[in-house]
Amino acid sequence: MTMRQTRYLVVGSSHAAIEAVSAIRMHDAEGSLTVATRDRHLPYSPTVLPYVVSGRSSSAQVLLRDAAYFAERNIDYRQGQALVAVRPTEHVAQLDGAAGGELRYEKLLLATGASPIVPPIPGIEKVEYHVLRTLDDAVGLNRAIGTARRAVVLGAGLVGMHAAENLAKAGANVTIVEMADQLCAGYFDRTAATLIEKAFTDHGATIRTGRRVVGLAPSGHGAILTLDNGDSLEADLLLVATGVRPELGYLANSGILADKGILVDDSMQTNVADVWAAGDCAQARSFYSDAKVMNAILPDAAEQGRIAGMAMAGDPGLRRYPGGVPLNTYHFFGRHAISVGNSRQPEHAQVETRFDEKTGRYLRACFLDGRLVCIHGVNEFFDGGVMAQLILRRVDLDPVRERFVAKPMVVGRELMSQLWR
Amino acid sequence: MGRAYNTIAFDAAKCDGCGDCMRACARAKTGGEDVARSRIQIAAGSTGFELALCRQCGDPRCVAVCPAGALAKDGQSGIIGWDAGKCVDCLLCTLGCAYAGIALDEATGRVAKCDTCEGSPACVPACPHGALKHHTTARIYNEVGDWEDLFAPGLAGCQGCNTELLMRHTLRRVGPDTVLATPPGCVPGMGSVGYNGMAGTKVPVFHPLLTNTAAMLAGVKRQFNRAGRKVTALAIAGDGGASDAGFQSLSGAAERGEQILFMVVDNEGYMNTGMQRSSATPYGAWTSTTPVGRESKGKTQDAKNLPLLMVNHRCAYVATASTAYMDDLYDKLDRAIVAAETGFAYLHVYSPCTTGWRFPTDQNMEVARKAVETNFVMLWEYTPEQGLHLSRSVDDPLPVTDYLKVMGRFRHLSPEQVQHIQAKVEENRAFVQQISQQSQAPREPSRFAGHGGDYGKGDAPRS
Repeated sequence: MTMRQTRYLVVGSSHAAIEAVSAIRMHDAEGSLTVATRDRHLPYSPTVLPYVVSGRSSSAQVLLRDAAYFAERNIDYRQGQALVAVRPTEHVAQLDGAAGGELRYEKLLLATGASPIVPPIPGIEKVEYHVLRTLDDAVGLNRAIGTARRAVVLGAGLVGMHAAENLAKAGANVTIVEMADQLCAGYFDRTAATLIEKAFTDHGATIRTGRRVVGLAPSGHGAILTLDNGDSLEADLLLVATGVRPELGYLANSGILADKGILVDDSMQTNVADVWAAGDCAQARSFYSDAKVMNAILPDAAEQGRIAGMAMAGDPGLRRYPGGVPLNTYHFFGRHAISVGNSRQPEHAQVETRFDEKTGRYLRACFLDGRLVCIHGVNEFFDGGVMAQLILRRVDLDPVRERFVAKPMVVGRELMSQLWR
Repeated sequence: MGRAYNTIAFDAAKCDGCGDCMRACARAKTGGEDVARSRIQIAAGSTGFELALCRQCGDPRCVAVCPAGALAKDGQSGIIGWDAGKCVDCLLCTLGCAYAGIALDEATGRVAKCDTCEGSPACVPACPHGALKHHTTARIYNEVGDWEDLFAPGLAGCQGCNTELLMRHTLRRVGPDTVLATPPGCVPGMGSVGYNGMAGTKVPVFHPLLTNTAAMLAGVKRQFNRAGRKVTALAIAGDGGASDAGFQSLSGAAERGEQILFMVVDNEGYMNTGMQRSSATPYGAWTSTTPVGRESKGKTQDAKNLPLLMVNHRCAYVATASTAYMDDLYDKLDRAIVAAETGFAYLHVYSPCTTGWRFPTDQNMEVARKAVETNFVMLWEYTPEQGLHLSRSVDDPLPVTDYLKVMGRFRHLSPEQVQHIQAKVEENRAFVQQISQQSQAPREPSRFAGHGGDYGKGDAPRS
């Protein structure tokens, strides 16, 4: 039997993958295109899952493409077929699952995303715990929060915080345990984190920052956690949300280079011919330095996927990756926080902050040589997409800096309207 | 084939920041007066007024970064729609958009964006200065795209010439039941009559002399009438073929009321034979026969106003048009087609010539637009029943120098010559306005729709 063949093989089914698919089809309406994913659903975003957990969105409602989308574009969409191995010299990918098998590709995109990190806490294998990365995880957690009375969330990243909020709103007694000495350390500074923390404690949650869990043991209704200061916590629902990392077992013996993620150049190509990588599994250049970094955020996944798809299809409109800029928004208890740019400020950066206790509005902006490096706000709306462009275009803000810090939204729009005509 | 979409355009130079658009939007979208909640945001910048408004992008980043599938571009309307039920208020779309086109409405805690009010945006009519316009020309592109292109591919026009656009659009609109006459000039030069025994069009085409186009076409049309076949007799001639050598046969056919659609592509000279002057060349213009030197300073006579002469023939339809105003051109073409079923229809299209007028090849539409905006040419239409009506306001024009300076053929003009041209523009405007003021109220745009006249009886045209 001859091996099945496809011109384009996209592995994965979230933002990077679907943007790549759309970029490929924009330029090549005909070339055979296969999407293989280990997930058992149509494409969805990990970012929406907290809303499935809360019950605000149904699992059917959050799908980003329907089956007709793939059928109309002559795309073979294969659910439940994880990538097992790649043999780039032969241009062969091996998929698992009953209908998997070997597939010969001409161009391959690895957009396999990431999986939750489960910390090696003694006893963790003996207790039941949840993670939140897939739609199935979210549906399971949605069922569990209805009955949870004492919930513990490990990790105060955005996933953990979202879930904790939902648990608190569902009436559970929630404790968040975070190793770092503040919440959302990768995204917001201490003042912003304090504002977020206050919203949580106002709603009855307990925050234990600077604490590690050193032991886990089963109890009658769930688990008993032991903290590094000797305290113990009881949980009938335990959520492990200590971050994600890509699972790259399929790279074994492939010759494709990886560090924390798959190393790619500015067109998202790996070190190997005809193989690209994008999204949470890729490690690409940072905008702020030449170092290759993990920038596992949705807008970057979409951008990288688009670039990879254009490169794979030979689209001459391709623009090279400008480097990753962290971009995050966070909505909590009816308030919002926006974070654009590096959360770690470079040396010699000039930092401007303002805080209005009455309104709870907080702004922090960082400048280096007149250029914006980062801007974070809590309850202070500005157009994050405009701010990202000010950073990427290295716009000199010295002439307007005072006004900009006072009114970032208005001055940002003014600069946008003048500069990107 | 892709689709074109209507769009809201902003002219910062005309905006005085009055905020009427924002109030109209706030009223339409929120029922209140709080301009902070308007989907269109005008801000005073350091050099003028600045706009934040959804661009309804073709490749929208807000859609790409939405984790909830709550944003989608509608393939029919082009509008990026927001689904309130699917949106989870994460604000990621505001990170995707580089134009501040989708933003937080603090009153609701949700994002809000322009949806063009289902095709009739409240902000546009609220603008008292014409700084906002709703361009609906997309309709033409979408319709024309479905019609058959009746010209051969690969016409040999100069780079940046608008005549190919005009030829293709006109023939697509007129349709396959057409006999085309293209006298010597740029149109056959570009390939309408073809090469090596192959026609350049998918309709019957012939190449009359400069002098006899209207006469030959009249005969062809009469023969088709006699045979009982309904065809459009179409001439696409240059200003030389119409205004100079071709004038007597044109005038005769118009006087007899021949059932012809006579389109003139006026590039104000004999451009395909080496840029000689014609009677349509304006005063002061350089051509190869009105050179610029120590003595000679360009053409010393004013242009003949051929469309007004045609009005004096009391043709069934006379209009002037410009490719910078395609929707207007299409309206007029539609009326001319219907008028040509019963009488003589004359359509005069101003056609800037990148080679002969000497301007950059990407500036054709801009030059055409400037001609209209300065009243150097005026857009109007005429029927014997309704008289002459201006198609757009001629009040508050730009100074004629704004038109003259965008091309090389007027570069040498002395202040006196410029003054002469400005005075001529004023005089012409006054003259046309006077005729228009004596005319009756404008007719309904649909007057001609479905009006077949007494076509098909096989009679010879009235004399």
